[in-house]
Amino acid sequence: MSWRKQINKLEFNPDRAFKNMTFVMAAIIPVVFCLILLMLIWESIPSIKAFGFKFLVNSHWNPITDEYGALPYIYGTLASSFLALLIAVPLGLGCSIFLSEIHKSKLGGYISTMVDLLAAIPSVVYGLWGIFILGPFLSSTIQPFLGQYFGFLPIFQGPPMGLSLMTGGIILAIMILPTITAVSREVFQAIPNNLRESAIALGANKLETVKMAVLPPAVSGIVGAVILALGRAVGETMAVTMVIGNRPEISGSIFAPSYTLASVIANEFAEASSPMNLSAIFEIGIILLLVTVVINGLARILIWKIASKNQIQ
Amino acid sequence: MDKELEKKKIEVKGLNAWFEEKQALFNINMYVKEQGVTSIIGPSGCGKSTFIRCINRMHETVPGATAKGEILVDGKDINAPGSDPVELRRQIGMVFQKPTPFPTMSIYDNVVAGIKLGGLKKKEALDEVVEISLKQAALWDEVKDILFKPGIGLSGGQQQRLCIARALAVKPNILLLDEPCSALDPISTGKIEELIHQLKKAYTIVIVTHNMQQAARIADYTGFFLMGELIEFDHTAKIFTAPTDKRTEDYVTGRFG
Amino acid sequence: MENSEQKSNSVARKIKEKIFLGTVMACAVLAVFPLVLLLGYVIIKGISSISPAFFTNLPAPVGESGGGIGNGIIGTFMIVLIGAFFSFPIGIFGGLWLAESGKGKRGFWIRYAVDVMSGIPSIIFALFAYVIFVLPMHRFSAIAGGFAVSLVMIPYITRTTEEMIKMVPRTLKESALALGIPEWRVSVSIVLRSAWNGIFTGVMLAIARAAGETAPLLFTAFSNMYWNVALDKPTASMTVQIYTYSISPYEEWHKLAWAGSLVLVAFVLTITVLVRKFSKRITYG
Repeated sequence: MSWRKQINKLEFNPDRAFKNMTFVMAAIIPVVFCLILLMLIWESIPSIKAFGFKFLVNSHWNPITDEYGALPYIYGTLASSFLALLIAVPLGLGCSIFLSEIHKSKLGGYISTMVDLLAAIPSVVYGLWGIFILGPFLSSTIQPFLGQYFGFLPIFQGPPMGLSLMTGGIILAIMILPTITAVSREVFQAIPNNLRESAIALGANKLETVKMAVLPPAVSGIVGAVILALGRAVGETMAVTMVIGNRPEISGSIFAPSYTLASVIANEFAEASSPMNLSAIFEIGIILLLVTVVINGLARILIWKIASKNQIQ
Repeated sequence: MDKELEKKKIEVKGLNAWFEEKQALFNINMYVKEQGVTSIIGPSGCGKSTFIRCINRMHETVPGATAKGEILVDGKDINAPGSDPVELRRQIGMVFQKPTPFPTMSIYDNVVAGIKLGGLKKKEALDEVVEISLKQAALWDEVKDILFKPGIGLSGGQQQRLCIARALAVKPNILLLDEPCSALDPISTGKIEELIHQLKKAYTIVIVTHNMQQAARIADYTGFFLMGELIEFDHTAKIFTAPTDKRTEDYVTGRFG
Repeated sequence: MENSEQKSNSVARKIKEKIFLGTVMACAVLAVFPLVLLLGYVIIKGISSISPAFFTNLPAPVGESGGGIGNGIIGTFMIVLIGAFFSFPIGIFGGLWLAESGKGKRGFWIRYAVDVMSGIPSIIFALFAYVIFVLPMHRFSAIAGGFAVSLVMIPYITRTTEEMIKMVPRTLKESALALGIPEWRVSVSIVLRSAWNGIFTGVMLAIARAAGETAPLLFTAFSNMYWNVALDKPTASMTVQIYTYSISPYEEWHKLAWAGSLVLVAFVLTITVLVRKFSKRITYG
């Protein structure tokens, strides 16, 4: 064997090679993320140059005249997500309190399994159900009812429509409910049991124990759960696209159709008519990416805070 | 069991307790006299905590835990069908092994946590209760200027005295102490033992302890538990100097446990 | 001993408690209700169109009956396989690295990136896969779709692998090392193998998730009305098929969408439930 081959043989350390290999595998992940970010920025430069900050406040989205403003989509994303939170947070919190404080028995196990199964159902199936079941139900029953008795409120005005902001918000609520329930349940279970016992020993009933010993230390974790759920709602694409009507208008009513950031990418990317159109869609992609990254980052910090606080105790 | 016929505050007749299928207490019969300290001693796992937790019906809050038998407090059976555990616990105070002030509440709020449940809202009334309870718990002088600081900012011994003040604030007539000093240093332990000496003139106190010297120091009566059974129950002095049962003698002379 | 004020107070407390209990129970029932409705409708509306032909046929032109979703099933299978090809090595070995050498700055940033990735909407991955594969290749392809889907799977598999490996007791690794087995061998044959049950759970759940994804495939694998097993051609998938049928104006296609949903949901839920049962057995040992 030549002396060069001998040296190479000596220097190959299988442990180090393996460690390096696994490190490379792990490091690919942040690299991919950076590439995604760079790619989005690169592709949206023409649009950013053309419209600047006006992109965020213009409501005009016109591929024919190559004028683009993302405000209707920002509105649609925010409105549908907040409507979803409005419904899902009380329901999810109530459900998680029930599961962690009241019924730790078998019934609780079945309910929590079922809530988790909700999370496993593909988004497109939610959309299908929304188009043919939920939408028509809302437009034929709930919306006329709301319009008749509460129509003085601007959010309940206008003709009833199946494909609307309301349908989108409700579908989103169902989809983020498992997140809120599961995370707040974890938060409650991290509260040390001797706090509950102290309250019970003082003569507190179940409601008072929850108010006194369980909720106050759980607040920041619950806020984290809500923000996490908000992140999911903002990024949800298919189900919302199928039921929200996909009209880039800003209306005050939840009966009206709307359009979200994720939906416009899904719908218009493949049919983009001009390079500027394409670039504008990429710019929407950046907005969506940044919004979800910031929201999720905030949520992680809050949930992390409560996890470490309870470990110290 | 030869004792003076003093007023029995708590009478336990035929108490058996289980955790799911596993039996933890076997046919316990004893009583606790009014005003004074009764201590419960025994090696780890002998059922002492389970026993006192039956007295304020905390035992049944553990999923799968059950108890059968009569426990008479002031002559009334607390396990009778229809009696309300929540009401019972208002009249019995409990302090646990680990000091657990409510972390998001100030010292003041911790003390009044229990009585606020009873509907007391007026500031003057609450202020009065806070001062009285903290004085009873020998903590007033140390915290009177920092009442609105968080309860968890205090030292371990102070936190435990805060928990005692919190329990005293609802004016119970029975105090159950479950190894209250085992997480504390000797100086804090000494302060709490002094406290118990003061309190026993007005309260019926049952204290679980694994520290025999502590029992010898502060208790009037002592019950020795072993493996879920009450082996012997008598004046503290007799238990420690002339126990009737050999197992008691082995334990108090340190041959095991 | 109770005066009337105390009595009314305790009555008020009891009433409040009962209202509270009723409310949270109602929340729990309401939370489960949509699942029942969803599954119920999918089964009712989908079952009538299920037949052996449904699984083996190609989509029929509009107006003709007897169409099937056969190419969608094969397509989904292919795409998930490609996704697995990309995501398994990165997820499993990356997770292994994080568990074994992940303390310190490098580990912190990589873990942070995994977290961020898990929150990115999957449509963004579609954009990325488009730029990386579709543009240079000048066409839609299964491999572009598979790549996009792998980006959804990677954070999931990485996190689960890291958690499972961290649960392997140190003593196991140390006694193997003490026997003179080289470190890399210990990692692979001993640590990885004993964590395998848990890792497998994560992998199966990632596959179930991947099979249900639509957005990453919209302009990567795109769609195909015919059979395709080539990596570099557009490919049908169950999810995109369902989507296309759902938003079409044809009644016949709507029926196929329900049937396809039934198949998809049955597949995904079966895996999820089995995996949960399987992993529960491990926890209670």
